[in-house]
Amino acid sequence: MRYIAQKLGLFVLTLWAAITLNFFLPRLMPGSPADAAIAKLSQNGPVTEATRAAIEAQLGVPTGSMWDQYLSYLHQVVTLDFGVSYTFYPQTVSSMVSTALPYTIGLVGVVTILAFVIGTLIGVAAAWKRGTWLDSLPTLTGSFLSTFPYFWTALLLLFFLGYVLHWFPTSGAYAATTTPGLTPAFVGDVVQHAVLPALTILITSLGGWIIGMRNTMINTLGDDYVTFAEANGLRGRTVAIRYAARNAILPNLTGFGLALGGVVGGSILVEQVFAYPGIGYLLFNAVIGQDYPLMQALFLMITVSVLIANFLVDILYGVLDPRTRR
Amino acid sequence: MTSTQNVRIQSDRTGDTIAAPSRWRAVARMVSTVWGNTKARIGICILGFFVLVAVLAPFIAPYSAKDNSFERNADASWAHWLGTTAAGEDVLSQLMYGARISLVVGFAAGILSTIVAVLIGLSWGYLRGFASEAVGFVVNLFLVIPGLPLMIVIAAYLQNGGILMIVAVIVVTGWAWGARVLRSQTQSLRGRDFVTSAQFSGDGSTRIVFREILPNMTSLITGSLFGAATSAILAEAGLEFLGLGDSSIVSWGTMLYWAQNSNSLLTGQWLLLFAPGLCIALLALSLTLINFGVDGISNPRLREGKGR
Repeated sequence: MRYIAQKLGLFVLTLWAAITLNFFLPRLMPGSPADAAIAKLSQNGPVTEATRAAIEAQLGVPTGSMWDQYLSYLHQVVTLDFGVSYTFYPQTVSSMVSTALPYTIGLVGVVTILAFVIGTLIGVAAAWKRGTWLDSLPTLTGSFLSTFPYFWTALLLLFFLGYVLHWFPTSGAYAATTTPGLTPAFVGDVVQHAVLPALTILITSLGGWIIGMRNTMINTLGDDYVTFAEANGLRGRTVAIRYAARNAILPNLTGFGLALGGVVGGSILVEQVFAYPGIGYLLFNAVIGQDYPLMQALFLMITVSVLIANFLVDILYGVLDPRTRR
Repeated sequence: MTSTQNVRIQSDRTGDTIAAPSRWRAVARMVSTVWGNTKARIGICILGFFVLVAVLAPFIAPYSAKDNSFERNADASWAHWLGTTAAGEDVLSQLMYGARISLVVGFAAGILSTIVAVLIGLSWGYLRGFASEAVGFVVNLFLVIPGLPLMIVIAAYLQNGGILMIVAVIVVTGWAWGARVLRSQTQSLRGRDFVTSAQFSGDGSTRIVFREILPNMTSLITGSLFGAATSAILAEAGLEFLGLGDSSIVSWGTMLYWAQNSNSLLTGQWLLLFAPGLCIALLALSLTLINFGVDGISNPRLREGKGR
């Protein structure tokens, strides 16, 4: 219980810090959205003071002291009211984010857990057969694949499996001809559209799990209890899975939480390549359209999601490792 | 028994004088350990190849990287081994010049973020009490905040910043991992006898941290340098692919940006997509491979060959 309370406290503190960072980030940067808009206008001629005031009012440029701005920002965050999007006027930022979020969470969540499980199993096998081709083949392929830029893997899969072989649809999350809803036809369509982005993330993130698990597993294989288990004449598979892997997985689990940030970042690039209507694609469009309210809300969403995932991993760690419960 | 007596007894027995090993010999040993690892040797060769191409680009590239006087969207031919871009530039020449940007950004950002990581990681590991907790909180915050989204947001605010902006953004977002690794090593070294003896002889904290502890972490620092450079290269390519850098320069990232925006997928020019990405992957791979050898410096279990 104490462990959970401690982690919960840290989580709330980190959450507050991330939210505050998101508040200061645009304020630390030179210029403002209004300046950018005025700079664009001034190319056509001088901008009057009245025009400037009108633009600032339209874009909702914050007024009042920093403290007042901060309080109203916190209020916005708590009520999930991030204002109106610049580029997709008059849609609210919150509605756009909530439309996009399920796609990204579904895609990234499922694929990351899949990659973690597959990668960890391969890593166990590689460490157990250390020095043979069963070790060097997955380690080398894994480290090669993990250096692939996400967007490049995405482009290659898109080109060969999408454009050349026509196996999978090339963009979007569902075909324009199907109506969204919980029908088998729609779900099947969504799954089919998700295959290429999912495959990209799987291929690129698998290597990290293989190598991480292999390295911690090699360290545990040197421990006395493993030697003892082997000396007792236990079957190889029993020693590998129930003795060594069981202990080696703990540090890898911490890595899972941290690596998630990298996968989420990579998924932005992947979503952009496949025009997959998730958070990443929306962020890309917000950046291109200089849609600052949308951008700020999206960054906050991504950060908070990763923080929550990390918190859940911490809790899981506490459940799996009895030493933390002391 | 004091440590001086101990040393004298040992030196009498072996007949050697105890002198600090020469720094160059230590470096040479490290290099030979790394070279002894097959994977690292392959990595060094690939990296060397890219460095050579980048340096010699003006002499070996068939055309200038920005010469757009050729046929557009041409397929591979004898005149243009990898074809031409939608703007009529030679792909092979762009690829050769592009190596410069990736190498410079990768190593500049890698070195700078490693310096930040060393400064913060070591002082964090040496500090105790509240200050240590506070630094730890900041580092963990930067660790869990996803790097690429943060980079994208910062780059979006600093419009059209070019290469320097990209380096700065990568450094700001990329130092935390190294800091954490170096911190745990500092903590384990902090309790060793040589640190205690330095404390007793009245050395200041700064001197202890940077003259006593730092030299013992050379391999770890080298490792995090290559790691940081790898992620810097990938991040730079990613940002430029999204069009967030200076898209008028010739780099592997901008090549892919223009390739995607000119619909090379539809025209079937797969070489234009394949070549720059492969270069990014190979360069990143070479640094990862070198790190396999660097791991062997501090952990003999991971060594290969004679040095084992």
